[in-house]
Amino acid sequence: MKKTTKNLINIALLLLMFVGLYFLEQHFGRRSMLITVLKKGAIYALIAVSMNLLNGFTGLFSLGQAGFMLVGAYTYAVLTIPMAKRMAVYQYYDGGIINFTVPTIVGILAAGALAALLAMLIGMPVLRLKSDYLAIATLGFAEIIRAIIQWDTLGPITNGSNLLKTYPTFKSVIPVFAAATICIGVIVLLINSTYGRAFKAIRDDEIAAEAMGINLFHHKQMAFIISSFFAGIGGALLAMYQGSLQANAFKASMTYEILLIVVIGGMGSVTGSVIASFLFIACSEWWLRFLDTETYLFGGTVKLPLLRSGFRMVVFSVVIMIVVLFFRKGIMGEKELWDLFTPKKKKEGIKP
Amino acid sequence: MFDRILPYLLSGISVGGQYALIAVGYTMVYGILRLINFAHGDIFTAAGFFMVYIATALPVQFAIPLVIALTVALGFTVERIAYKPLRSAPRMSVMISAIGVSYLLQNLMWYVTGGLAKQYPTIPWISESITIGSATTKVVTLITPVLTILLVIALVTIIQKTKIGMAMRAVSKDFETAQLMGIKINSVISTTFIIGSLLAAVGSVLYFSNYTSVTPTVGAMPGLKAFVAAVFGGIGSIPGAVIGAFIIGICENIIKALGYTTFSDAFTFALLIVILLFKPTGLFGEKTSEKV
Amino acid sequence: MKKILSLVLALALLLTASAAMADVVKIGVFEPASGDNGAGGKQEVIGIEYAKSIVPTVEVGGKTYDVELVIVDNQSATDKAVSAAQELVDAGVSIVLGSYGSGVSMAGGEVFADAEVPAIGCSCTNPGVTSLCDYYWRVCFLDPFQGTVMANFAMDEFGAKTAYVLSQLGDDYTTGLATYFAKAFESMGGTVINEQFTEGTSDYTAYLNNAISGGADVIFSPTSTTVASLLINQAASMNVSMPILAGDTWESSVILDAAKGTNLTICMSTFFDEKDESSPQAAEFVQGFKAWLNANPDKKTNNGGNDIVAAVSALGYDAYMVAIEAIKAADSIDSVAIAEALPSVVTTGVTGSISFDEIGDANKDMAYIKKANTETGAFDFVKTQTVAELAK
Repeated sequence: MKKTTKNLINIALLLLMFVGLYFLEQHFGRRSMLITVLKKGAIYALIAVSMNLLNGFTGLFSLGQAGFMLVGAYTYAVLTIPMAKRMAVYQYYDGGIINFTVPTIVGILAAGALAALLAMLIGMPVLRLKSDYLAIATLGFAEIIRAIIQWDTLGPITNGSNLLKTYPTFKSVIPVFAAATICIGVIVLLINSTYGRAFKAIRDDEIAAEAMGINLFHHKQMAFIISSFFAGIGGALLAMYQGSLQANAFKASMTYEILLIVVIGGMGSVTGSVIASFLFIACSEWWLRFLDTETYLFGGTVKLPLLRSGFRMVVFSVVIMIVVLFFRKGIMGEKELWDLFTPKKKKEGIKP
Repeated sequence: MFDRILPYLLSGISVGGQYALIAVGYTMVYGILRLINFAHGDIFTAAGFFMVYIATALPVQFAIPLVIALTVALGFTVERIAYKPLRSAPRMSVMISAIGVSYLLQNLMWYVTGGLAKQYPTIPWISESITIGSATTKVVTLITPVLTILLVIALVTIIQKTKIGMAMRAVSKDFETAQLMGIKINSVISTTFIIGSLLAAVGSVLYFSNYTSVTPTVGAMPGLKAFVAAVFGGIGSIPGAVIGAFIIGICENIIKALGYTTFSDAFTFALLIVILLFKPTGLFGEKTSEKV
Repeated sequence: MKKILSLVLALALLLTASAAMADVVKIGVFEPASGDNGAGGKQEVIGIEYAKSIVPTVEVGGKTYDVELVIVDNQSATDKAVSAAQELVDAGVSIVLGSYGSGVSMAGGEVFADAEVPAIGCSCTNPGVTSLCDYYWRVCFLDPFQGTVMANFAMDEFGAKTAYVLSQLGDDYTTGLATYFAKAFESMGGTVINEQFTEGTSDYTAYLNNAISGGADVIFSPTSTTVASLLINQAASMNVSMPILAGDTWESSVILDAAKGTNLTICMSTFFDEKDESSPQAAEFVQGFKAWLNANPDKKTNNGGNDIVAAVSALGYDAYMVAIEAIKAADSIDSVAIAEALPSVVTTGVTGSISFDEIGDANKDMAYIKKANTETGAFDFVKTQTVAELAK
């Protein structure tokens, strides 16, 4: 297939997706569970792909994603809360000290930019560390970021540890998908560029990559900054999705969740991360909800055993353990969805 | 002046002792498997819940051994199910598996307890109050450091003098060669997890006698701090982990005494990062070179 | 795999379908059943459930509708609260009751406002709950009032000059109440030592030591009950002699259990007193509720295993009755119509008369101050305090 036809097909598919989304939203209503899951799934897809860029494609095992999301989310919220509402939001800090608001799109870009800037600063010392030391150092930085944001001396800016709300959010599913699609698209282009190939070379063998003339530190730092930029944007989108924001939610367990999504999808597969995100969100928010409700069958006489609050998460984590232990390559391995449709000489099955 | 510092110092030493008992589990597992066992903090929490439930049926003196036995069984099972199948897999996979186990244990405990805090039973004598100089505290605060040091001395003796200890040292030096020499890797690893879980169970009895409510996520922070202590002391080194734990416990309380309470957790991580950057092998760690 | 999935989906569809059959109006209950505030949330839910057992139906347009409670668990966490609120909206509730805890109400409020579903807060006292959300009303008093009451109490009752104020980072209830207490206390010439702890802290000895070495006369720590039991336990083992004051959350059997047999002085402000027999509604409620609890063992377990009437149960009861009045006034089960009718609802509840101001707050001006009796393991009534008395 020629490259132009391929591009045309891609554009047509994307258009089709948006048309489909439009009709789904019209049909089910924008507050239905389906649309809610699609919104959150798209945001998690972006965040998972950004983490995959680092962990799956560059082989840098970083556990700092929640920290960068936190920075992005706060940047967006702090910059976009309407002036009229500031007095009530910053109720303990006399309205705070930020005296301007920026448009939504500027807020989102600023969220990414600040997260990227922070990544640059943190990356300089941290990226010299190896595998698990890097993991624990980035985890530590994420916790430090959280402590700083919650520090009440910074309260006039961050509202201390208290809830931020009333910033602009999106009503429809279309802008969420548009933002996520553009960002993931940029990441895919990057992965397919020479930089992407350099990242993969570093992942496969650092020493060999260096011998081939790849500047290790430069490329690692670039992957780290780009990943954090999109994590920051993902954080801003997540803040918009939730409608309210508090630093407390961005704990290490959030990073773990995203890491598990990446693993389920397959380390080194963008489409894997995207599919896994939607599955993960749909299961946890929607499909498995019935496990949490006590259910009586046959006119209320027989109570189904085990079903009560919390069972959903147990089942869910058992499934995750099964994937981690027995399907180590995840759903997609290192393949992409389009690889499955392009005939290759040496064809491997997708089953792990 | 001393009167003012004494209460903080006491609780610092006590917390440090409890961190030390958890940290030993981290450092031994890392020494042998090169694995950060993220689930270790949750095993510590599970020990707390075992006690909560068992003490309703049995008197404390019978409950404590049973709790320790169950915790050891849990640690052993986790290793067999979640880590052993991944022995030949990349280190990252094992670490992810550890994160998965931690996630599972937390959710399971949440489910069983209904997500509510449970009151830890009162253990006679060690839960009583005692006054030393200007400070009033619980007896357990004083017992903790003593017991910790005794247990660690016993452990070091085992590692230095016994056959299984020798095997452990061999495995931590060189995994493959030790295997070739006929050391039963799996039983060595199991022993490591058993010892680690045992100390965590003892630590949990001491910890929760002091801080008497158990929630599903209560072990996460002490677990992470104990890990930092292990890194600080030089991961793989048992005395290092113990000294690191005491330093962290005391520093944390001094920071609170100075009024920077928001940063007492962040401090631990800042310390970790400084150590990793300037002396990645910690205070007592051995230098290792990356093999090509 | 596919078969299981389709089976699961079919089951889910069946469940939702069966719920939508009869003439039913759904009232959402947005409360924590787990996490730090789980114990208090459960007490609020039983108040609502009791109210439903008294008034199980409502007349709308000449037709009788059965009330169905849709109960979700917001897990005491602001991020989980968003999902829980969405679940309620998805279930098609006409009105929402709750929550215990202000932070979760503020987070859930965004979802309710977006879906145009009105919500009535039972015991969320932070001003931001209603002032930042057009769809939130509430039946209790606010933190600026409660904080002022306790600051006055600390000065008048204990002659306190210095107060040690301890609050939890990232929790709008405790930070808010602590801030308003500190403001009031300082404006009366007192000195405040402010400190915060992070979520999941177990060791409060350093904080208590700070209070002692700072020369505080009184500790004000409006925390969750989970934290409270740790704090009380450690204060008892350290022989802390200064009184410990707190807000409405501490009116819970968790506190009584922790405080029993100690030498501590523990006082808190709250919304309701079961022994106050001045209002016939309240007396009738207390009697009926106790009988109902004793007849339903699992509800009694949710109340902490005794039949002490918690103020939050009374508020849950009142919130339910207000919701019923609003549905009647709107003569519709449409959430937007109910939201329009709600501001003009005026009732006499068990916690006093309820009417709303333009922000959506109940015009309430009386707090009850109680003391934990460490010998009998019950609450002793100390006094009531009104806004008018404070102004003097």
